Amino acid sequence: MELRVAARKRFGAFLLDADFSVRGERIGVFGPSGGGKSTLVGIIAGLAGPDKGTIVLDDEVIFDSGAGRNVRPEHRRMGMVFQRPSLFPHLSVKGNLLYGFKRCPPEARKIAFDDVVEVLKIGNLLDRGVKHLSGGEKQRVAIGRAVLGSPRLLLLDEPLSALDDSLKFQIVPFLNEACEVFRIPYLFISHSLLEMRVMTDIVLHMAGGRVVEQTTAESLVRARMGEGKTGYINLLRLPEGRGVDGLYAFDWGGQRLLASSGNDQPGALFELSSRDIILFRGRPEAVSARNLLKCRVVDVFETGSRVGIELDCCGNRLVAEVVGQAAEELGVRAGGEIYAAIKATAFKKLG
Amino acid sequence: MPAFTAADYSAIFLSLKVAVVATLASLPFAFAAAYIMTYRRFRGRIAVDVAVNLPLTLPPVVIGYLLLILLGQQGFIGRMLLQPLGIKLIFSWKAAVIATSVVGFPLMVRSIRTAMEGIDERLVHASRLLGARALDTIMTVIVPLSVRGIIAGSVLMFARGLGEFGATVIVAGNIPGVTQTIPLAIYEYAGSPGDDAMALSLCAVSVSISVVVLVFHEWLGRRVVRRD
Repeated sequence: MELRVAARKRFGAFLLDADFSVRGERIGVFGPSGGGKSTLVGIIAGLAGPDKGTIVLDDEVIFDSGAGRNVRPEHRRMGMVFQRPSLFPHLSVKGNLLYGFKRCPPEARKIAFDDVVEVLKIGNLLDRGVKHLSGGEKQRVAIGRAVLGSPRLLLLDEPLSALDDSLKFQIVPFLNEACEVFRIPYLFISHSLLEMRVMTDIVLHMAGGRVVEQTTAESLVRARMGEGKTGYINLLRLPEGRGVDGLYAFDWGGQRLLASSGNDQPGALFELSSRDIILFRGRPEAVSARNLLKCRVVDVFETGSRVGIELDCCGNRLVAEVVGQAAEELGVRAGGEIYAAIKATAFKKLG
Repeated sequence: MPAFTAADYSAIFLSLKVAVVATLASLPFAFAAAYIMTYRRFRGRIAVDVAVNLPLTLPPVVIGYLLLILLGQQGFIGRMLLQPLGIKLIFSWKAAVIATSVVGFPLMVRSIRTAMEGIDERLVHASRLLGARALDTIMTVIVPLSVRGIIAGSVLMFARGLGEFGATVIVAGNIPGVTQTIPLAIYEYAGSPGDDAMALSLCAVSVSISVVVLVFHEWLGRRVVRRD
C-alpha cells in the first residue's frame, strides 16, 4: 500500500499541514493528543475535506483540491475502527458485521463472513444484541465489521485506548491476525509507544499538525528510554509455560527463562524493563536472580544520561540500561561477552 | 348525555382526520428540516432555525391570518399557484390541515432534532465508511435511532392538531359539517345559551381522544425501549 498526502486543513487556531509519502502494510501514526492524528485520519477517510492539497492511495487520487476531485467516503473503501466500538445499537452482532459486507460491491468482496467470524472468535455472539457484549467482544465485532467491508486500507483510530491494559493485549492478537490473514494494510493511530511497537513496522511521527519524521517504533523508544521512569520495555513473546517450583519455565530460543507469572496461551507477550536487567562482566558464582543469561553485546548507545546496551541472547534481543560509570567499569563494547541477571518477578505478562 | 347531531359526529371525525393528515403530511418535511439543522452546516442556518420555530411563539390567529393572505385568491401562493391549478384551499378542510401543520411543525421538528442530536456521530461516519450513501445512512441508521423522537414529535403534532383553533378558524372558517372541528364546535355551543351540555359532551370526547393518544404514545415508547 502506498499513501501520499500533501494536505492542509485549518480548525480555528490549529493547522494540519501533512506532507508525506509512505509505503508499507503496518503503518503507525504516533504523536501526542492534539498533534493532528485524528484530523489526518478524518481527511484520509473523507469525513472532513482538506482546505487544499492532494491525497493519493495506491495511484488513485482520492482528493485533489486543484482538480476539484473528492471521492466520497462511501466510495473510498476504507474501514475504520474507532476508540469506542461504535456498533449500531439497533442491529444484532450479525447485522453489524454484515452492514459493510452487503454494501461492498460483490466483485470487491475478498473476505468471507465465516472466516472473519472464526478468526475473531465471535461465532457464539452472532444473534445477540450489541448492548450486552463485554468491551473486548464489542471491539472484536467492530474489527470484524470493518474487515468485512473488504477495505483497501483500515484506519485504526486509537482502537485500544479505551480498553484497560489486560483487555488491550487480548485484542492485539485478533487485530494482528485479522489484518495478516486477510491482507489488509492499515494505519494504526495511537499515542502509546508500546502499542506502536506491537502493531507497526513504520511510524509517522506527528507533532503540531505536521509529520515530523518517518521512523520506526523501535527508534522512537530508544530515543526516549532515558526520559521515562520505566526505561526501555523489552517485549518477549513466550510459548506456553510450565510450572516449576512455584515459578513458570519458558523455552526462549533454546534457553530456559523463569518467570513468576505464567500464561495459558502460547505467544502471549511479556514485558521486561531495561532497568531490571543486571549485567556482569564474568559469570558470577551465584546470584539470587533466577535467570542468568550469557549474552553478546550487539550495540552500545547513548540515551540521555544513561547507556543502552543491546544484547543478543541465543538469537533473541534484549536491551539493558546502565549509568555511564557502570558501562565504563563493565567495559562494554560491541561483540563482547556479558552476563545478564534477571529476577523472575521482573517479567510482567501483558493482557 | 344529550345525543350528538350529525354535525357533531362530523366535527369529531373531521378533527381526527385533520390531525392525522397534518401529522402524516408534515412528517417527511419535519424530518428533513431536523436532519438539515442537525447535520448540515450552511450560511443562514440561524435564519432557517428562526423560521422553523416562529410558529411556536406567534399567536395562532396571526399564523392563520398570514396563511389567509398567502393562500387566498389574491394571495401570492393563491394567485400564482393555486388558481392556475384550479385548487381552492381557503374554507376547506385542507386549509385546516395546512393551519394545523404550520402550527405543529416546530414541535415535531424539535422532537426529531433532539433525538438526532443524541445519535453518536461516529455511527453516521461508520455507516458512510462501510459504503452507505447519504440516503442509505438516513434510512438504516438515522431513522431507526431517532424513532423515539419521530414518535414523540408525531404525537405532539397530533395532539396539537386536535386542539388547533385560532389559525383554523381564520383560514378554514367554522362551517358545520365542512370545516368545523371539535374545538370550533365547542366554541359555538359555548356561545349559545342552553347548549352547555353539548359543549361538555364534546369536551369529554376531546379528553377521551387525548387520553387514548397519550396511552398509545406511552405504549409505543415502551415497545421501542424494550426492543432496544
